[in-house]
Amino acid sequence: MRALSELDELYEEIILDHYRNPRNNRELDAPDLEIEADNPFCGDEIKIQLKFEDDRAAGVSVAGRGCAISQSSASLLAELSQGRTREEMKNSVTLVRRMMRGEELSDSELDDLGDLEALRGVRKYPVRIKCALLSWVALEDMLDDYPAARQQVSER
Amino acid sequence: MLDVQSIRQDFPILARKVNGNPLVYLDNAATTQKPRQVIRTLVDFYQQHNANVHRGVHTLSIESTDLYEEARAKVQRFINAPVPESVIWTRNTSESINLVAYTWARANLQAGDNVVTTAMEHHSNIVPWQQLTRQACAELRYIPVDDDGLLQMDAAANLIDERTRLVAATHVSNVLGSITPIHHLTRLAHSAGAVIMVDAAQSVPHMPVDVQAIDCDFLAFSAHKMLGPTGIGVLYARPELLDAMPPFMYGGDMIIEVTYEDARWNDLPYKFEAGTPNIADAIATGAAVDYLSNLGMENVQEHERQITEYALRRIREVEAVTVFGPHDASLKGGVVSFVHGNIHPHDLGTALDRMGIAIRTGHHCAMPLVRSYGVVAAARASFYIYNTKEEVDLLVDGILEVERYFAHAGAK
Ligand SMILES: Cc1ncc(COP(=O)(O)O)c(C=O)c1O
Repeated sequence: MRALSELDELYEEIILDHYRNPRNNRELDAPDLEIEADNPFCGDEIKIQLKFEDDRAAGVSVAGRGCAISQSSASLLAELSQGRTREEMKNSVTLVRRMMRGEELSDSELDDLGDLEALRGVRKYPVRIKCALLSWVALEDMLDDYPAARQQVSER
Repeated sequence: MLDVQSIRQDFPILARKVNGNPLVYLDNAATTQKPRQVIRTLVDFYQQHNANVHRGVHTLSIESTDLYEEARAKVQRFINAPVPESVIWTRNTSESINLVAYTWARANLQAGDNVVTTAMEHHSNIVPWQQLTRQACAELRYIPVDDDGLLQMDAAANLIDERTRLVAATHVSNVLGSITPIHHLTRLAHSAGAVIMVDAAQSVPHMPVDVQAIDCDFLAFSAHKMLGPTGIGVLYARPELLDAMPPFMYGGDMIIEVTYEDARWNDLPYKFEAGTPNIADAIATGAAVDYLSNLGMENVQEHERQITEYALRRIREVEAVTVFGPHDASLKGGVVSFVHGNIHPHDLGTALDRMGIAIRTGHHCAMPLVRSYGVVAAARASFYIYNTKEEVDLLVDGILEVERYFAHAGAK
C-alpha cells in the first residue's frame, strides 16, 4: 500500500493547524452581518459574522463543522478578513476562486492571499473544491446582500 | 458457499488499479460492478440482434422482442411474481416509486387519508410521498427507528390505521442495513385495508425475495445495484392493481387504438411502458439475474452476512469509530455505516481513495436519518459477492493509517 504522503499537497501543515485550532470562532456580540451556509452533500456547515468599524472589519467570526478543507478555509478567511474593507474582501474571494480554477496568480496577488496559498493543493481534487469555497461563497453572498443582510441582523 | 476467487475473475474492473493500488470496491450499495456475462450480453445484442421491439415482422425485431420478453420472464421467476405482466420495466427504483405515486396514489389518496413510511428511507421513497400527500391534503407518517437501528413495530401498529391508504417501506436500509420485518408490516397494512409498496433496492440484489410470500402489492428495485446496467429498473405490482391504475406516461406502445379524439390503453405490462423501452439494458438485466440465480441467492446472502459480521468486528476495533445500525450481522444487509471521532468522512474518503479503497461518504440520500444521529455525514462500506475478508482488513488498516497520517501531519 502506497504511503499517504501524496496527501501532503492537499493537507498542508497550515491547513491542518487551522483545522485543529480554528481562529476567530467565537460568536460576536452584535454583528452587523451574519450568514449561515452549508453543503449538504458533504455535510459541511459554516456561520460567518462581521462587525464593521469605519468601513473595516473590526470583528470577524467564523464557526462551523465539517471536513478539514472547509473548516481550515473558513478559519483562514476569518484571519485574512480582519481589518479589511468590503471591497478588499470581495477581491480576495475573486482571488481564491481564480486559484481554485488553477490560474496563475501574480506575486502581489499571492501576497494578498497570505497563508491561503496553502489551499492551492485542493485544485487537484476537484470534488473538494466545493469544500474550500463554501465559506468564500457565503462571504460573497453576504457582502452582495449588504444592506439587506445588515437590516436582518439588526431586526432580530 | 460462493467461490469468491472465481467470481472475481468475472469482473474485469476488479483487475484495475486506482491511484497505484488494486481497487477495493466497497460502494456496492450505490451501484455494483458488472460481470463480463452482462457486458457481453449488451455487446451481443447490439452486434447481433438490435431492432425495435413489438413492431416488426422482420427477423431482428422478432429476435429482440423475444429476448426482451425472456428477460422479463427471468425477473418474474427471480422474484416469484405470478405472471410476466406484473413486471414493468422502468428506469430505476426512483421511477418505479414515482409510477406508483403518480398513478395509484393520485387516483386513491383523499384528504384526511395517510401514507405511512419509515424514518430510514432513501430520499426516493420520501420525496414523492411528501409531494403527493401535500397535494391530496393527506398526512405522511414515519415509523420511528430504535437505538439499535430497528423499526419500532409497536409504533407501526399504532400509526397504521383505518385512514392509511398506503404503507411505503424500505426492505433493507441503505444506511443502517437494517432489515424490515416486511411480512409483519404487510399484515399490518392489509388488515388496515391499505396497500404496501416495498423499496427493494437493497434487498432483491442481496437476498432471496419472493413477492408472493411477502404478499406485497408493489415492489421496486434497480438493475444497476444487482450486476445489471444503469438506466433500467423494475416495478412489480399485483396485476389487479395495475389494471385499475391509469397510465403513467402517454405515447407510443402503451396504446392499442388511437383515433383523433381518443385512445385505448394497451394490455399489461405495455400500458406502463410508453415509447421505445430500454431494450438492451433489459436484456442485460436478464443476464444479471441468470448470474445471481446460478450463484443462488441464499449463498449470496450468507456470503454477505459473513463479510458483514467480520467487518463489524474489525471496524469496531478502531477505538474512535462509531458504527450506526444493528451490530448483529444477522439483522442487516451488507452495509456498515460509521463515523470516526477525529476524521471527517470526507477527509477519510479522500485518503482511502489514495489507497484504492472506494467507500461512500456523505448523507447517503437519507438526510433526515443521518441527521437523527447527530451528524451531517457518515462513511459507508457496503459489500457484494466479490468482496473478501482481506478487503475488509485493507479497509481497517487503511483507516488506521489515515488516523496516523492526521495525527502526525501538521505536527512535523
Ligand atoms: C433503499 C434505496 N432506495 C432507492 C434507491 C434509489 O435507487 P435509484 O437511484 O436506482 O433510483 C436507492 C439507491 O441508492 C436505495 O438504496
